[in-house]
Amino acid sequence: MVVCALRRHSFRRYLFLNLYMGSSFLVSVGRYQVLSHYGIGSREYAYFYFYSDALLTIGLYFALLNLYSLVFDEMKVEGYLRLGSILLLGGTAWFSYAVVQQSSSRITSNFAYELSQNLYFVGLVLTYALWGTILKLRETRARLIQLVLGLGVYFSAFAANYALQNLYPNITALHYVAPLLGCILPAAWAYTFLRVSEEQRLAPARLAAVSR
Amino acid sequence: MMAAFILVVSLVIFLQFFVFYCRSLIAVSSKQALSPEVQDVTGIQRTASGEDFNRVMQLLQLCPERPEDRKGIQAIGAYFHLLNFLSSTVARLVPSMKAWTESERGHCTYFAAIALERRISFSRDMLAQQMDA
Repeated sequence: MVVCALRRHSFRRYLFLNLYMGSSFLVSVGRYQVLSHYGIGSREYAYFYFYSDALLTIGLYFALLNLYSLVFDEMKVEGYLRLGSILLLGGTAWFSYAVVQQSSSRITSNFAYELSQNLYFVGLVLTYALWGTILKLRETRARLIQLVLGLGVYFSAFAANYALQNLYPNITALHYVAPLLGCILPAAWAYTFLRVSEEQRLAPARLAAVSR
Repeated sequence: MMAAFILVVSLVIFLQFFVFYCRSLIAVSSKQALSPEVQDVTGIQRTASGEDFNRVMQLLQLCPERPEDRKGIQAIGAYFHLLNFLSSTVARLVPSMKAWTESERGHCTYFAAIALERRISFSRDMLAQQMDA
């Protein structure tokens, strides 16, 4: 996806999206190293997997803020967005601290799923609010619309999957769904950067309308 | 309780986002015109029909695959199956849904035809490059 953005000269405009994808790649390499060193059933791998996932989700919040700033770029509300991002960072830092403080003995329980499920659900709510804003402001940039919708599909699929794992921890087949869902975002964003130019326009109200 | 709530809400929103995403893919491709050649091959002259989708997909599979198109085509394929499901269940009870699902299925076919157009021109470019080499 980063290569596609570079090819389309969109790296700086969508900086946080690209940074997120870059760090996601590095985390995947790190996970592989930990996995090959300690094994899939190890406590070390479980810690590394879930905490890196939580950190990546926070990174994705910043990618989302990048999209918010692009939607609001003509309304001069950068100050509010900056305040929002500081509050978001502070809130997630506090939440993560509270989690780490009380979680040392619970990582193997449902707790890890619960944390990921909550983080993805917050992301989903923020994305849904952004989609509502796009409809309200009649945003027409096709690339921006597709990036937001791709993110919405990703967040909702992960939140549902983690909630399902939290409800039914004994169904092992669900563990294999997450890597498949992980392909959604890079594929959707790479497709958007390659296929949809910055100039293309579409009416978001038409996407939401069902003819009667 | 919380997990069940999150599951239900996430599934509902997932479905919404998925439909909007597929429709945005279709909306972008619907602005492109089909070449007379692809019109002849697919039989699509002005408006596409949902009945032709499987045939156009078969033609698509005959052409060399382009990795960047694969996910979009898979998403539209899944959307088409969702529309078929709606058409055979909910649309039977709500007649207005029938026309909508049929029109959406036609748009899916048009998307597949545009993908076919791209694959044909990609194959031509590759062949031309090989001839030059």
